[in-house]
Amino acid sequence: MERAPVRYHVLHETIYDYGSPVSLSQQQLHLSPRILAWQQIEEERVDIEPVPTWRRDGFDAFGNPVSWVAFHAPHESLTIRSAMTVAVTPHLPTDLDASPPWNEVRDRLAYRATPPLPEDLDATRFLFESPHVRVKHELADYAADCFPAGVPVLVGARALMAKIFREFKFDPEATTVSTPVMEVLEKKRGVCQDFAHLMIACLRAQGLAARYVSGYLLTHPPPGKPRLVGADASHAWVSVYAPGCGEGWVDFDPTNDLLPDTQHITVAFGRDFGDISPLRGIILGGGGHEPEVAVTVTPLDAEALPATIAAKASVA
Amino acid sequence: MMRSTAAQAGIRPADSPQMARTLLAIYPQSSRRYDEMLGAGGEVRAHWKEFFEHLDRASPEEMHERLAFVDRRIQENGVTYNVYADAKGADRPWALDPLPLIIAPDEWAEISAAVAQRATLMNAMLADLYGEQRLLAEGLLPPALVYGQHGFLWPCRGTRPPGGVWLHHYAVDLARSPDGRWWAIADRTQAPSGAGYALENRLVVSRVFPEMFHDLRVQHLADFFHDQQDGLAALAPVDPGEQPHIVLLTPGPYNETYFEHAYLARYLGYPLVEGQDLTVRGDTVYLKTLQGLKRVHVILRRQDDDYCDPLELRGESALGVPGLLNAARAGRVAIANALGSGLLTSGALMGFLPAVCERLLGVPLAMPSVATWWCGEKPALDYVREHFDELVIKPAYPTQRMDPVFGNELKGEARNEMLRRIEARPHAYVAQEMVNLSQGPTWSRAHERRLLARPVGLRAYAAVNAEGGYSVMPGGLARVATGANARIISMQRGGASKDTWVLTDGPVSEFTLLKPSLGVRDLVRSGANLTSRVVENLFWLGRYSERFDDSARMLRVLVARLVEAGGQRTPAVRSALALAEHLGVLPSPEEDGEVGEGSEHSLLEAIYDPDQPGSLAGAIRSVMWSATHVRERLSLDHWHSLNRLQREQQAALKRHPSMTEASAFLDRVLGVSSSLTGFAMDNMTRDDGWRFLVVGRRIERLCFLAQALVGFLRMESARGPGSLEWLLELTDSIITYRSRYSRAPELLPVVDLLVFDGNNPHGVVFQAAVLGRYLERMRREFGDTDSGELAAALEALLAWDLGSLDSLHFSENRVCAASLELAGLLEGLDEAAGHLSDWLGMRYFTHVSDVSRQTIAL
Repeated sequence: MERAPVRYHVLHETIYDYGSPVSLSQQQLHLSPRILAWQQIEEERVDIEPVPTWRRDGFDAFGNPVSWVAFHAPHESLTIRSAMTVAVTPHLPTDLDASPPWNEVRDRLAYRATPPLPEDLDATRFLFESPHVRVKHELADYAADCFPAGVPVLVGARALMAKIFREFKFDPEATTVSTPVMEVLEKKRGVCQDFAHLMIACLRAQGLAARYVSGYLLTHPPPGKPRLVGADASHAWVSVYAPGCGEGWVDFDPTNDLLPDTQHITVAFGRDFGDISPLRGIILGGGGHEPEVAVTVTPLDAEALPATIAAKASVA
Repeated sequence: MMRSTAAQAGIRPADSPQMARTLLAIYPQSSRRYDEMLGAGGEVRAHWKEFFEHLDRASPEEMHERLAFVDRRIQENGVTYNVYADAKGADRPWALDPLPLIIAPDEWAEISAAVAQRATLMNAMLADLYGEQRLLAEGLLPPALVYGQHGFLWPCRGTRPPGGVWLHHYAVDLARSPDGRWWAIADRTQAPSGAGYALENRLVVSRVFPEMFHDLRVQHLADFFHDQQDGLAALAPVDPGEQPHIVLLTPGPYNETYFEHAYLARYLGYPLVEGQDLTVRGDTVYLKTLQGLKRVHVILRRQDDDYCDPLELRGESALGVPGLLNAARAGRVAIANALGSGLLTSGALMGFLPAVCERLLGVPLAMPSVATWWCGEKPALDYVREHFDELVIKPAYPTQRMDPVFGNELKGEARNEMLRRIEARPHAYVAQEMVNLSQGPTWSRAHERRLLARPVGLRAYAAVNAEGGYSVMPGGLARVATGANARIISMQRGGASKDTWVLTDGPVSEFTLLKPSLGVRDLVRSGANLTSRVVENLFWLGRYSERFDDSARMLRVLVARLVEAGGQRTPAVRSALALAEHLGVLPSPEEDGEVGEGSEHSLLEAIYDPDQPGSLAGAIRSVMWSATHVRERLSLDHWHSLNRLQREQQAALKRHPSMTEASAFLDRVLGVSSSLTGFAMDNMTRDDGWRFLVVGRRIERLCFLAQALVGFLRMESARGPGSLEWLLELTDSIITYRSRYSRAPELLPVVDLLVFDGNNPHGVVFQAAVLGRYLERMRREFGDTDSGELAAALEALLAWDLGSLDSLHFSENRVCAASLELAGLLEGLDEAAGHLSDWLGMRYFTHVSDVSRQTIAL
């Protein structure tokens, strides 16, 4: 069934109040959204205050838009405002059961000393350990019951997503950006980045390719309350390689236990958080202030509001 | 040169009685190993014959002298290798066997061609893997060994280094199997170390056997380094009118091969820089120098690539240069080796090289690699399981921390555990055939006259040259294991090294880098490339070396007075003790303790114990510390003096020396100190670095003099007999005084000489005036003005009426009051000098503590 695209306006604002002057600063921005088969970018701009001394725009090794900016003059604060209008077309996979058996996908990705299919080779970029994703047998063990032999890869992935959703508690106090996956597995707590990393690690431990997706999520206000501006933050989920299914990759959101469709706006994907951190920088000087981040996602066509999703959707 | 054939050269086996005297008599032959020196029949190989006979003729005394020469050179040149395993992080002297590894011309021709080919291949692989990735698309390499490695730096994908050169310098570890073939056992593509040590080994060993070195026609190494210089200069992305500016980037003095970084920087003539010396502005890399930012075109990198740019690579690294990758991306800087080159260090790649070589270079791989099975392939894993006892298991990813495991050494549960680990993550392991290394002769240090047979390996070096090909160093770093049966050679594990002599049938190039011929454009007059960090360290070197001179002088005064007084507490002894305490050279007496108690014990501690606050040994340590950080700026002689001094102090610390010995030690310290000063005055270029060294020295001396005089003038006990004498000794002015006044010292002329005489280099006014001149020069050169506090304090001092100390005209009380007045003025000068030091630090130094940090926002 064809459905109309859903249009959003997104404002992602980051403010660093350094406390004392920063004499030199360089920043790498993964803020501009990438174009996908189901995602069109109607408008997009990044405003920076103070005006950078130097700037370069390009694409990273995974095809995501990236910008680098530098500030050579002393400044006490930095504001980066990324605004975009995007249209997301419905793209849910029609039938998870129709995806190939997971062990078949695993074997396709294994090295056989012959030229691999281009899409398989492409997928192997997301098959191995990366700085935030360890691949250890404990992870394979954790996911084993979701992947009995012959189970379609997407059915297995959905089972794994549900298992993580069931067994892990959303807890922003439990982890930081540098908490290792193994610790998350032990604590059974974390935020969306942790659940995404954990699910990716479990999939890679099975010999499957999985990538980390960053983006935004439309958050629904409680009934009768106005939408809270700035209450949201950037979100993260997982994409699983399933050759033959749509674009070959299917998204899973373990934080909300759902398959992203028109509620998720994709910014970038990579092996893990480290490849596509929205804002990563090196500064000289400054105090020890944490940044303030606010994300506002506004649906532009009120009638196109999607069906209510899980109540736990307001996540970071 | 005549070379006898092997048959003629044949030396009878050891059982022949008349041969018992030769070194061969007890040299163990091996059926399991190839012997570098002996043929299968036990005869000395042709290319070893002349050297062996030379050795065989040498008397034990001669050899003893040679060993002593080697040890002395190593120690005096400060050749060290930091051992990570050492809890104290101490430097260990470099271990060098005096006997070279000798390689015949025809054999070297093969090795050299194979090494150059391998370097070419590695470069082509890097270009492919960070570019098109045909090797992956065609299935010639498993993605696990590329994408699966932390050494594959994703942000570097798609960059194109200047000239398309990824690999500027390369090293390969070679071993010879029992059949005499050379095999490659490890590729070094990150930042290969050891070329500098090879050079140092050459400088030492060629002097141990000078005639042999000449007669055998050993190929020199300098051409190789010159090719490397030209190769780097040719790749420098210069703008019109610019000269290539090349720097050597080191992680710093705590790296295991820091000695080599400093050594090579000096030899190649490149500034030695640390990450914080460089800064990226936009697309361009600059060196922070005293004169401002100066563009850098080429970075010879001795720092691992993932630590090079915290903005895009490892973010927690404080060592790197934020933004470096962007400069590389823009092609504005050549990084040698290019960022990402560490990828090919994985031993797991070796099995794939023959096919890759055919594909990329269109020719077969010239030198085989040691047989290697990457467990990520099913058939290889099966093989490893079946032949476990014959194999060495290694990590497939160099970033994995794991020592090689010998299959036949693993028994029972340990073996099962290893197999389980391999099965769980087969792609993370590689198995290699055990190589029976060849053996070569080393000189025994434990015996009168004996050759030992030790396993030997060779690290060979290649560098890209100006033609875009690879030059191979004719020689290399030969390494020998400690035991006869060792299977691993590692400097970390206590192995030793050897010089490698590659003989030639052709002419020997006499080129030397030590005196290269330069054109007019190459002329450099001042230290234009001086980094702020180097300047900071030179400044502190100046202050510390003056401080240790001052401490030694104070201590010598004390020791001399105590010996003179024969244990009596004479007024001179008491005043000297009191001043030493005032200056902090001796610890302040305990509360209620009698002033000037100063036992012999505490005096010795103040001399020898580096942990005693204010001690001389502590001052020596501080000098060594600052000297370490500017080592490439110091001459070897300078370095020798410092090294000797510290060794003496450390040796004495263990011996509980007597007062007489202590006195002799202090004399030697002052001797070394004056030779250091002489070095700085006579041998160092008058650049800004030198000026900061001198300014540091003058500030320290001014503070010392002022503090000593303030203490002296305010001290009741100093008015007793004998005190003015030692004050003149302390300030090194006794000779001048005696030549001017042939009578016992008196206060007025002493103060005149020590404070007001502008010609006395140990006087207060002299220091302040010299400092004033340097400040004036800085004003002209950098346009900076200090607070003028020092000038004001000097003016106030000069305005003071020295006549008020005249005891012919004034009462003792008046003179006393005048002394206190003068002490106040001197105190003002001391303070002003302290503030000046702070101001210089604020204005010119790097501020090592001010490091960059990472920020992340979601």
